[in-house]
Amino acid sequence: MAGGKEIRTQIKSIQNTQKITKAMEMVAASKMRRAQERMRQARPYADKMRSVVAHLAQASLEYKHSFTRERDVKRVGFIIVSTDRGLCGGLNINLFREAVNALSEWQSKNVEIDVTAIGTKGLGFFKRIGANIVSEATRLGDAPQLTDLIGAMKIMLDAYGEGRIDRLYVVHNRFVSAMSQLPQIEQLLPIHADEPDEKLKSHWDYLYEPDAREVVDALMTRYIESLIYQGVTENIACEMGARMVAMKSASDNAGTLIDELQLVYNKARQAAITQEIAEIVGGAAAV
Amino acid sequence: MANTIKIDIVSAEEEVWSGEGTMVFAPAEMGEIGIAPQHAPLLTRLKPGEIRVQQASGEEQFFYVSGGMLEVQGHVVTVLSDTALRAADLDEAAALEAQRRAEQALADRTGELELAKAKAELMQAAAQIRAIQKLRAKGGRA
Repeated sequence: MAGGKEIRTQIKSIQNTQKITKAMEMVAASKMRRAQERMRQARPYADKMRSVVAHLAQASLEYKHSFTRERDVKRVGFIIVSTDRGLCGGLNINLFREAVNALSEWQSKNVEIDVTAIGTKGLGFFKRIGANIVSEATRLGDAPQLTDLIGAMKIMLDAYGEGRIDRLYVVHNRFVSAMSQLPQIEQLLPIHADEPDEKLKSHWDYLYEPDAREVVDALMTRYIESLIYQGVTENIACEMGARMVAMKSASDNAGTLIDELQLVYNKARQAAITQEIAEIVGGAAAV
Repeated sequence: MANTIKIDIVSAEEEVWSGEGTMVFAPAEMGEIGIAPQHAPLLTRLKPGEIRVQQASGEEQFFYVSGGMLEVQGHVVTVLSDTALRAADLDEAAALEAQRRAEQALADRTGELELAKAKAELMQAAAQIRAIQKLRAKGGRA
């Protein structure tokens, strides 16, 4: 029986792989649901933050924060949100491609680039291509806390406040559905004020405690942080979705392979039996 | 509804509470403040402490915040609570740590930013994924 045993071992090994990919698929599916939930929970904060900042933009402010001022662009900052782990299809690659396109556009205008890498994959990639990584935040786990990101973000925000960078972007995946994720580049700084709300359009200002400058500084920083945090939670939901799809297709592939090998094995087995019978018949005839 | 005020308490990670109250007390940076309905627009930073909401039913709700921001706008009080203790020097330490890690990661960096190479690499990877998908589609039909 030619190769019968080998084929059987191979089938066995593929079956084991399939078990693993199936388990990973199911784990990713349940993690995705939880990540989506977290993404949803983080939304009210960002929404509230956005409306407060919009109110602030309409108030006849005595103090204009540097985050709202446009400057000539000599150096830009990119915060790139990627995953910590692989096996999630083309998720990171698509994101990096988008980011690299944007980076090369700035580079062609002789603008320098600083990068903050969130996620091990991004850190590895941008390090390899020789980007100037100013800060990083990796190994955040499935439920990232804002605290884990503060340090990495502060470097960029301080750089903007001190005029070392003139634009700040965040690159992350947008969660469209479990099957589809879209890389997206968002401008964080300077902040574009939303369209003024008509009914609030009058001359008024907040009472500030302790004073406008300190309050607005703290608010702006938190606003940007909340946007980045939201990007990170969304990217995790994307990671789980992408992994689920990738693992599903891996399990399917394993299934096809097993079917094909089973066919080959059966044929080989049948051929061996036929041959044996022929030999016996031949032997009997010779006697 | 002139004698109640809407209160939303949210943190970066979740929505903590939302409801109506007749009076809100919050630990503002300059001392505790009480906010009644029809309060003037106010924006303040919060110290770590307790937020108390008095409800029309006479019940009181307590929430602990470790700092954050409070906005009063019309009939809505919004508390943007921090989930962690924030202090300038703590943030500074976290920032330095993030920078240090980045520098460490860059210690064995090779030369200048090579975007062209990166682009080529990514194109190749994307092409590989596409090819695998195509192969799979073929295999599936066979």
